[in-house]
Amino acid sequence: MEYLSIVFQEVYKILFLLVPVLVSVAMIVWLDRRVWAFVQKRQGPNVVGPFGLLQSLADALKYIFKEIIIPSSSNKVIFILAPIVTMTLALIAWAVIPFSATQVLADINVGILYLFAVSSLGVYGIIMGGWASNSKYPFLGAIRSAAQMVSYEVSIGVIIINVLLCVGSLNLNDIVIAQQNMWFVIPLFPMFVIFFISALAETNRPPFDLPEAEAELVAGYQTEYSGMMYAMFWLGEYANILLMCAMGAILFLGGWLSPIDVYPFTLVPGAIWLILKILLLFILFALVKAIVPRYRYDQLMRLGWKVFLPLSLIWVVLTASYLFYFNLLPVN
Amino acid sequence: MIAHAIFFYTFSIIAVVSAIMVTASKNTVHSVFFLILDFISISCLFIMIGAEFLGMIMLIVYVGAVAVLFLFVVMMLNVAQQKNQWFAAKDSSKHIPVGLIISTLIFFEIIIVIGGWKYKPEIFDINNAIAQTSISNTHSLGQILYTDYIHVFQISGMILLVAMVGAIVLTFRHRSGVKRQSYIKQISRERAEAVEILEVQSNKGVKIDD
Repeated sequence: MEYLSIVFQEVYKILFLLVPVLVSVAMIVWLDRRVWAFVQKRQGPNVVGPFGLLQSLADALKYIFKEIIIPSSSNKVIFILAPIVTMTLALIAWAVIPFSATQVLADINVGILYLFAVSSLGVYGIIMGGWASNSKYPFLGAIRSAAQMVSYEVSIGVIIINVLLCVGSLNLNDIVIAQQNMWFVIPLFPMFVIFFISALAETNRPPFDLPEAEAELVAGYQTEYSGMMYAMFWLGEYANILLMCAMGAILFLGGWLSPIDVYPFTLVPGAIWLILKILLLFILFALVKAIVPRYRYDQLMRLGWKVFLPLSLIWVVLTASYLFYFNLLPVN
Repeated sequence: MIAHAIFFYTFSIIAVVSAIMVTASKNTVHSVFFLILDFISISCLFIMIGAEFLGMIMLIVYVGAVAVLFLFVVMMLNVAQQKNQWFAAKDSSKHIPVGLIISTLIFFEIIIVIGGWKYKPEIFDINNAIAQTSISNTHSLGQILYTDYIHVFQISGMILLVAMVGAIVLTFRHRSGVKRQSYIKQISRERAEAVEILEVQSNKGVKIDD
């Protein structure tokens, strides 16, 4: 009985985290389209509800009532599993995101490794979907995205090492607290820029949206999907984008810390600061989508392996020698 | 304690069954997916015994990178069509003696390791390896790897690097006649070297190509 009550408590906490995340994913789709529209001097979705806020809800209703078509030559089990995998992986990562010193679902020792592992598993949803569709365009999209996500993961990993050198712990709360005096975006600014661009590539956002490049590949790995399964791919993708924004906010922008450590700002709860920082990064993501044209595939690979990887490796050496020389290494 | 046992048996049953399915499933791509499931459940087992760093590294390296490359190669080679007949094929029975020898060897190695654990417990005493038990196992791994075993650690890294360089050298072909893009050249082109204004005289024309 005691065990059951613990389980119920945890389930309640998980629901309290996941429901806001799902609602904010719907909101963020609307925000993305609005920002995109404003850059191009359009209005964007503004009809359903105030400012068009309920547009995503209307879209979701449309997807629910559409028929789910499963191609007869597809591998059915994997075809159905693919959107589920994408969605699940995008949601389980939120377990370790700290919203304040105490508001975190699982305050584990290896939080940043967990985040990195889950984001590197994200590629499976795409590969499974592309392969199981048993069709040319999805398969090409899946192959492209596998290569792309694996290459950009490497530079993200090296950037994380940079931050860890300054913190001395893999716990996400420790990473946030280590930025109390100065956010890491100031000393590690080049790494922040590289992290941001790698995050764009990791989440298949424009200008790196080659897996679903509509001009060449129809819709890439999503070509054969319809109805709610397509919507789940979509939701998973946006939840992943939010997650990368949260990761950027925690690693470089001080997570739940207030920007200035003075009286009226410290009253605002940490969760609100974190959400504001995630929103700031997301608006940058949306602006990039509106402004930058798509990369050519070989240029994308060159950028990942020949520019970002050496740069971030050199920066690791620089950070490590600086910390060592000035005796600033976080030894405990 | 009961919950712990339930989780342990769930993960280990998934690990064993999916390990069998890796060899038994007919479709090669399915084999790779079962291999991934196996990796994931083994990393869950690592986390359950308190080796959270090892579990996460297992997820990142094996599931996040190695298995993706496996999947990549299997899909590219299109071996999904060649059915992997484990039970039926006659000529695969030739490999059974070799397989038996290797598996007996591995079995005896495991027996030796576990036997040592059973009869000489002080060798495997965790307190011998870790100076302080209060620190997390990531810290203690780092303290051991980068102090006592730094040379072994660096040498293993060098071996991996040599393997990588060797693989690249073996497969690298320099094809001649391929037009390559040079970004510096493209950006540093001036108007003067690209455009030329000529006075064209009538009935004489201009020779463009030379």
